[in-house]
Amino acid sequence: MRNILIIFRKELRIFFDSPIAYIFIIAFLAFSNWLFFRSFFIVGQLSMRDYFFFIPWIFLVFIPAVTMRLWAEEKKIGTIEVLMTLPVRNYEVVLGKFLASFSFVMIALALSFSLPLTLFFLGDVDFGPIIGGYVGACFLGGAYLAIGLFVSNLAENQIVAFIIAALLSFALFIIGEDLVLATLPNSLVPTFSFLGLGKHFVSLQRGVLDSRDVIYYISVIGFFLFLNTQSLESRKW
Amino acid sequence: MIEAENLTKRFGDTLAVDTISFTVNKGEIVGLLGPNGAGKTTTMRILTCYLAADSGTAMIAGKNVLTQSLEVRRSIGYLPENNPLYTEMGVVDYLKFIAQIRHIPRKKIKPQVKEMVEVCGLEPVLNKKIDELSKGFRQRVGLAQAMIHNPEVLIFDEPTVGLDPNQIVEIRELIKRIGAEKTVILSSHILPEVSATCKQIIIMNRGRIVASGTPEEMSGRARGGGVITMVVQGPVEQVKDTLKTVKKIKSFTAQGTEADGRTRFEIISTGEENINEDLFRMAAENGWVLSELHQETLSLEDVFQQLTLKES
Repeated sequence: MRNILIIFRKELRIFFDSPIAYIFIIAFLAFSNWLFFRSFFIVGQLSMRDYFFFIPWIFLVFIPAVTMRLWAEEKKIGTIEVLMTLPVRNYEVVLGKFLASFSFVMIALALSFSLPLTLFFLGDVDFGPIIGGYVGACFLGGAYLAIGLFVSNLAENQIVAFIIAALLSFALFIIGEDLVLATLPNSLVPTFSFLGLGKHFVSLQRGVLDSRDVIYYISVIGFFLFLNTQSLESRKW
Repeated sequence: MIEAENLTKRFGDTLAVDTISFTVNKGEIVGLLGPNGAGKTTTMRILTCYLAADSGTAMIAGKNVLTQSLEVRRSIGYLPENNPLYTEMGVVDYLKFIAQIRHIPRKKIKPQVKEMVEVCGLEPVLNKKIDELSKGFRQRVGLAQAMIHNPEVLIFDEPTVGLDPNQIVEIRELIKRIGAEKTVILSSHILPEVSATCKQIIIMNRGRIVASGTPEEMSGRARGGGVITMVVQGPVEQVKDTLKTVKKIKSFTAQGTEADGRTRFEIISTGEENINEDLFRMAAENGWVLSELHQETLSLEDVFQQLTLKES
């Protein structure tokens, strides 16, 4: 536990010691706010539905950008050799890195709280879907981060890590979409529908905190973090 | 302190380390010497639990590197090849991070970091980020990182590579000072490096250990088998008979006679003394013409070259 915390602090410090964190947060906020206000003024509705509609797509670009360097850079510079010969267990390092990047994305997401606040001052808002949307965004972000972190450990190159992570997240996001399901044999439809990251996000966004969605996200995150831990061990073979 | 037994590591088709065994006793500084690609780094990576050997066992301070990896890693300080560092971090932050994750008690972290700063001479760069440092200072940060938890065993992979001559001398002195109380393994492909700091040398080539011993033993062995080339003009049989009577000669071979009656002899002497004088006198007394006489002293470099070039 203590080791996880130490790794966590080190990773977070590296985020904020370099300009990457600030550039990321500014870009994320500028991008998401613009998408929000664009439809806000046109539709004139006091909801964040459009905002949360775009979140998965914004995350698809921004989250692989957070995770791409987490392992790939350690491998490129060679610091992984220092890190993994310290008396730490693999899962402690993986969890430390995951939690640091997760907190970072949460900070970026929290800074968009000006949006619901604006809505609040403008009139009567149904906060259920907004809270559900934020919870869903946290889980979806966590799932993308776990995927990105795993991919970063497989790739030597950051750009490759970025692209593969974005592709893999995209694939997992869309496999539950109707367009994809329509092409599948009927027997596979329920499985794919359940496995899709997107379906669960939409269901959380309705403002209903269903334990199935929560369990789903936690298992996806757990699964990829587990793969990450295993692939760390594979360097020894 | 360190016991390696039949370590083997294969990468695809290449045998990086081929059934090597060695022991390092407590308090020794041992140099792993070999050309690039000899398997030094792989050996060190196995000892530090970064890689796992395909077969064979390695024990450090009585702990198995495979099954007691965490304990082994606790008792080791490691400076990997090319000294990788988190360049975005500040010098003190980095050392504090290492101290924390090494579980140095909270109260002792500050004094320990301070001690490392003193030992490694890091005062001038305390408030800098690592990527602002010169190579020499980075190397010192790497060494400080390896020693901060006061480990029993230190493993340095090419600790002086890329440094200027003054820095090399400084780092050598530092390692010698540390080595007075600790068990140290360091690798190098530079010979004077190893002979200057190490009490024991292990020469590796193509994944195997080709020789080991103290620097004196090795060059002594080479000198003991000093080779003298002599070209003499005279009756071959008579020369041979006379050579047999010279005491300090261990063995000799005639390497063929040329048309003008000159014969080339390769003579191996027994001791360290120069026997050129005796050979010259022998030739003069018998009235033979001596047209060439020189001793090929085998330095540590020659031993190294002989051992490592032979097979390639």
